[in-house]
Amino acid sequence: MVGLRLVNISKKAGKREILKNTSLEILDKELFVIAGPPGAGKTTLLKIIAGLIAPDEGEVYIGDQMVNSVPPGDRDVGMVFEVPPIYPNRTGFENIAFPLEIRKMNAESIKERVEEVAGLLQITHLLDRKPTTYSGGELQRVALARVLVRKPRLLLLDEPLKNLDAKIRERTRVELKRLQREFGITMVFSTHDQLEATAVGDRIAVINEGIVEQTGAPEKLYNSPKTVFAARFIGSPTMNFAECTLKQVGKRSVLDASYFNIDVTTRAHAIEREAMTSELLLGLRPEDITLLNSPANSKCFEGKVELVQNFGDERVVTIRVGKISLNSLTGKDRIFTCGQKVYVKFNEENAHVFYRKTGIAVM
Amino acid sequence: MPKLVVKNIRKVFGTFEAVKDVSFQVEEKETLCLLGPSGCGKTTTLRIIAGLEVPTSGEVFVDGVLVNDVPPQKRQIGLVFQDYAIFPHLSVFENIAYGLRVRKMPEAQIERKVHETAALVDVEGILDVPGKKLGLSEMQRVAVGRSITLDPKLLLLDEPLSNIDAKARERMRAELGKLQKEIGIATVYVTHDQLEAMTLADRIAVMRNGLIEQIGTTSEIYDSARTLFVANFIGSPSMNLIDCELVYNEERAILKSEDFTLDITEFAERIRDKSKGKELVLGIRPENVSLDIEKPDPKAIEAEVQLVEPVGAKSIYHLKISGLTVLAKGYPMPEVNVSSKVWTTFNKDKLHLFDKKTEEAIA
Repeated sequence: MVGLRLVNISKKAGKREILKNTSLEILDKELFVIAGPPGAGKTTLLKIIAGLIAPDEGEVYIGDQMVNSVPPGDRDVGMVFEVPPIYPNRTGFENIAFPLEIRKMNAESIKERVEEVAGLLQITHLLDRKPTTYSGGELQRVALARVLVRKPRLLLLDEPLKNLDAKIRERTRVELKRLQREFGITMVFSTHDQLEATAVGDRIAVINEGIVEQTGAPEKLYNSPKTVFAARFIGSPTMNFAECTLKQVGKRSVLDASYFNIDVTTRAHAIEREAMTSELLLGLRPEDITLLNSPANSKCFEGKVELVQNFGDERVVTIRVGKISLNSLTGKDRIFTCGQKVYVKFNEENAHVFYRKTGIAVM
Repeated sequence: MPKLVVKNIRKVFGTFEAVKDVSFQVEEKETLCLLGPSGCGKTTTLRIIAGLEVPTSGEVFVDGVLVNDVPPQKRQIGLVFQDYAIFPHLSVFENIAYGLRVRKMPEAQIERKVHETAALVDVEGILDVPGKKLGLSEMQRVAVGRSITLDPKLLLLDEPLSNIDAKARERMRAELGKLQKEIGIATVYVTHDQLEAMTLADRIAVMRNGLIEQIGTTSEIYDSARTLFVANFIGSPSMNLIDCELVYNEERAILKSEDFTLDITEFAERIRDKSKGKELVLGIRPENVSLDIEKPDPKAIEAEVQLVEPVGAKSIYHLKISGLTVLAKGYPMPEVNVSSKVWTTFNKDKLHLFDKKTEEAIA
């Protein structure tokens, strides 16, 4: 059992609070992602797990053991940093073998272990070469191999893909997930990139200014964000937001955003009473906004095309409805031009609503 | 008349040929993107246009005038750098006024020009704010504003979004797109990010090893890649590329790879001569590979799901077809998990075929 528990962790740097009463539970053999913008506290959190930084308050458990007073070397935790410290004068083999040599393992076992790990990471061809000849992706994999060769119970990766080219990043993220499965290790991975987070993570914690906004599986975060921050952070193109209020129109419950409205009658039972009198924020994912050429017979709102972004297989069309700009995600088969008049139809079932003041979801 | 003509540009640094033979032109109001991996020669090409680098051979015309011997500041070109290069201690007003002051323009005229520009890039409200207090998006607008005060014939942007985290980049990309449309100046934009190129450019020039591999609109490049390199570089996740050969079996044309066969009779007639006796590479984009639980037609290919990457509205499925891994992208299918058996179908209207040896498209 190599689960991990962080209980009420706080950490200050001078006057700045980096982590505020943060709690997390990471399961055995899970690939857990800590996702958030730069400065959210991701690296500090990883360093506290590794024992490189002591929290001001709170407890860290690895398995069932409280490790607050256990030094980093005895925690059986491997950590790979954003910029991996690799010895430039040693070959790939020597770099990877180093942690085993310190442990005075015999030469034969070292060779066996290094070759096994190198094979898994597909870097056998780098074993005789020195780091100056490596590409960014290769350097990252050698650093990873050096940590994996120790067979740690728990592996921490701090933005491991940040400095790689887009194409290599795509490939490496798949490799990391495969490795985590094959080695059966618990892995904690930090990133500022939401796509990377949802692609690799079994579960994700979205953190913002030292606070965990929401924890859950990728689909959960995408479909049921609990806060405005999580809703805005996960998903690209970003969710659309519009200020609104909840109104009762006869028997219908309607979210009124001035220039358009969303009928939420079917979900009215889930709406808290408090929402009736609160300022609200409506959230709509771009794929829940459909554009029509004519008003047809359905409920829709007139708008004007402001910008068209071509994503290859999809288009992101920005439409102006009254004073509100909305992004719609559409297929590649329809052509839109700037200034064109369109009719906007909403998938009302999938609308999200938050309290404007607290940023917390209404239902 | 084109605003920029680049004719047979070549640039050699010592023994390294950074740019081999590059020609293109940019029309009025057009944005052309130079796209490629690091080391492809895109930045050198931009620096030659700006006059910061002297070409070994070849010519550059700005608005019909040969500028090879014209110094950078007299080329009537506006430049926006990667880090925006905003003077931290100067106000937004003075940052924008900088180029005008260098040219000793009368104060009243400077005043008028700065206000005009500020209105265009929407920074009128922050003219007194010092550079060091600006947010990213404001810095971008000030940098673009500063580059257009002297009414340049041409605007050059060097990876303006590359140092920004993923979420902010998405927003800035859209803002830059709108800004470009309002300003309407012919623009050359350098980037290694294919998504940025697709969304911002009217036309893209894909570069590799000092040469342009293909030049065209986003749709042309995405839908009709002329080389294997372009096919692989554009699109995320990358196009599936599978070695195969074409055999004619009585009336049928069959693509044979090691792992599956595909009947492409309808498609094969027009490539019969071009593909004869050649080793081929079949290309198909992940969004054109579909998945089914039940066998949809007798020719569907059996596959096993290796990995699922949820990426927002869509999911990426890594499929194993015998020894081969094929990626599919589509709306999430909750019933499909790792190890699920599924049936895959390739959309035959969207197949690409390349000659393995020349790496060029034959269909």
